[in-house]
Amino acid sequence: MSTTQSPPAPGPAATSSLEPAGPRRRRRGARSSDRGASRAFRWLATGAGALILILLVAVAVFLVIKAWPAISMPSDELVEKVGLLRNSSSLLDYVGPLIFGTVLAATLALIFAVPVAIGIALFTSHYAPRRLASTLGYVIDLLAAVPSVVYGLWGALVLSPIVQPVWAWLNENVGWFPLFAGKVSPTARVLLTVAIVLAVMILPIITAVSREVFLQTPRLHEEAALALGATRWEMIRMAVLPFGRSGVISAAMLGLGRALGETMAVLMILSPGFLYSFHILEAGQQQSIAANIAAQFPEADPLGVSTLIATGLALFAITLVVNVAARAIVARRKDFSGAN
Amino acid sequence: MTTIAPEAGSPQQGNPELRALLRQVDKKRHRVDRFMKGLVYLAFVLAVVPLVSVAWTVVSKGIERFNAYFLTHSMRGVYGGMDAGGVYHAIVGTIEITLFAALISVPIGLLTAIYLVEYGRGQLARSVTFFVDVMTGIPSIVAGLFAYALFAVFLGPGVRMGVVGSVALSVLMIPVVVRSSEEMLRLVPNELREAALALGVPRWLVVIKVVLRTAVAGLVTGIMISVARVIGETAPLLITVGVIDSINYNLFEGRMMTLPVYVYRQFQQGLVPCAPDQANCIATITYDRAWAGALTLILIVMLLNLVARLVTRFFAPKNFG
Repeated sequence: MSTTQSPPAPGPAATSSLEPAGPRRRRRGARSSDRGASRAFRWLATGAGALILILLVAVAVFLVIKAWPAISMPSDELVEKVGLLRNSSSLLDYVGPLIFGTVLAATLALIFAVPVAIGIALFTSHYAPRRLASTLGYVIDLLAAVPSVVYGLWGALVLSPIVQPVWAWLNENVGWFPLFAGKVSPTARVLLTVAIVLAVMILPIITAVSREVFLQTPRLHEEAALALGATRWEMIRMAVLPFGRSGVISAAMLGLGRALGETMAVLMILSPGFLYSFHILEAGQQQSIAANIAAQFPEADPLGVSTLIATGLALFAITLVVNVAARAIVARRKDFSGAN
Repeated sequence: MTTIAPEAGSPQQGNPELRALLRQVDKKRHRVDRFMKGLVYLAFVLAVVPLVSVAWTVVSKGIERFNAYFLTHSMRGVYGGMDAGGVYHAIVGTIEITLFAALISVPIGLLTAIYLVEYGRGQLARSVTFFVDVMTGIPSIVAGLFAYALFAVFLGPGVRMGVVGSVALSVLMIPVVVRSSEEMLRLVPNELREAALALGVPRWLVVIKVVLRTAVAGLVTGIMISVARVIGETAPLLITVGVIDSINYNLFEGRMMTLPVYVYRQFQQGLVPCAPDQANCIATITYDRAWAGALTLILIVMLLNLVARLVTRFFAPKNFG
């Protein structure tokens, strides 16, 4: 459809032929310079902007179209026809544990990543020597440049053997804590390992957004705190953190969105299962939506594909809500912040 | 007040006695301060550890098989623990698919950025800005499903070809291009636009000949970084383009291999069961290939980032930006 076609490159030949015939100048802002090729170019640019919105709607529409056969079919018939659902009683019953696994992994990742990210953001904004700060920030951005499949490979072949004794120790000594209960996996291909890799992957975005807001703290607030005799940490606690709180929250939500949708790390590390289980040291307990799609999609029949797309639609809806909320917080605080 | 930023600007020359007194009273506060400083430094170190570990393992494990043979051969006819097979078909696929994705995203992204900077006012511009940000958060697997659904609706189910992957990647790439281009276009000083307009140059020529030309280095950098961002995407290509062992140059027909999917595929095949007396059988061959493929991928990503930085350094306008 038109969403995938690129508009023609802006060139004199392409644009002048689009020139409207009559002088329809109903827009109040239209100046004498806004005619001919200029007007065509303006419409071209505006069209591209509108295309972004259309694209986002198209994503939702096409997913719904392809997911509809699975969504609209009665549960018992669907369970009978789709091999994926052999252990479930309905589509909802199938998606439920997947959503649970996705959210659990992302939440754990967030718990690991946020404190570290805040630390790094403070390090680059208030602790590191001014001249080094941007270089150190660049080092953190390199974490984002590593492809996800490489993280998956690293997590499965390097990290898992390293953390296995730690997980075994946790299971043995802190096993009364529900999260660490169960039978510890000998390969450490478990949700806790996944969560650590996810945390590393979402670190850059949380750090970048937090650093931005920390740097926006009004200079005068900081100096006032210091002038009252605050130590550097007290200054940060009294001036920087309260000012940056909403920014950090939205940064964390952006990270959450990333973690929810991350496929490869989960797919390559986790040994999957379809339970509502909090045992994050046990193999074969949870699975995430994205990893499940990637694992099942190549072998699925048309109705199975439809089912998987329905689960993808659920993922899309969840991440969309998280992202819209995060961006709304960022956008709202933009109006109040700065040097106004 | 003691060793803090010089901007604090308090006159500290006098009264060492008072300062000593303050310090004595505030021992606990200083301990907390020192402790938090330690934590903040620790956080940074914590983040660097995985980065170094990833870089080190990829290089040390990948370098063994990373040679001319690996780069110029495909996996056709390679089976079991054979000491053979390469990544050429995956490089071909990755380059073609990513270039086509760039071909789709760059015009759309650039024009959107031009709209936002040069023309955008009111409700539409505000919602475009907002939803571009939201779009950066679309999970890559959803982009893949979208591309699959789009082609399945028009061409029937089960379509697997390179161009579907390009469409999926462009969904992920467009917002990145918009963001970076917008930033660069905003750096162009208004005086340049006004001067050109005052000379009677039509608006669209001002945009093309003055604004774009001034910002070209930054735009190229941004586009290369966005290419580097999507070139490592695995999940959308896995479900739209599929896997294949031989070389396919045709973007519009048949499955293609791509580097990230190649790495995943090799990893997924796991250890090869070798008979103990079997010559020419390497049990870990698939993992070795996966690491070498990962090294190839990381080298490409780093190369793109490096070239992007060099472009900014050497082609940026001299007086600003």
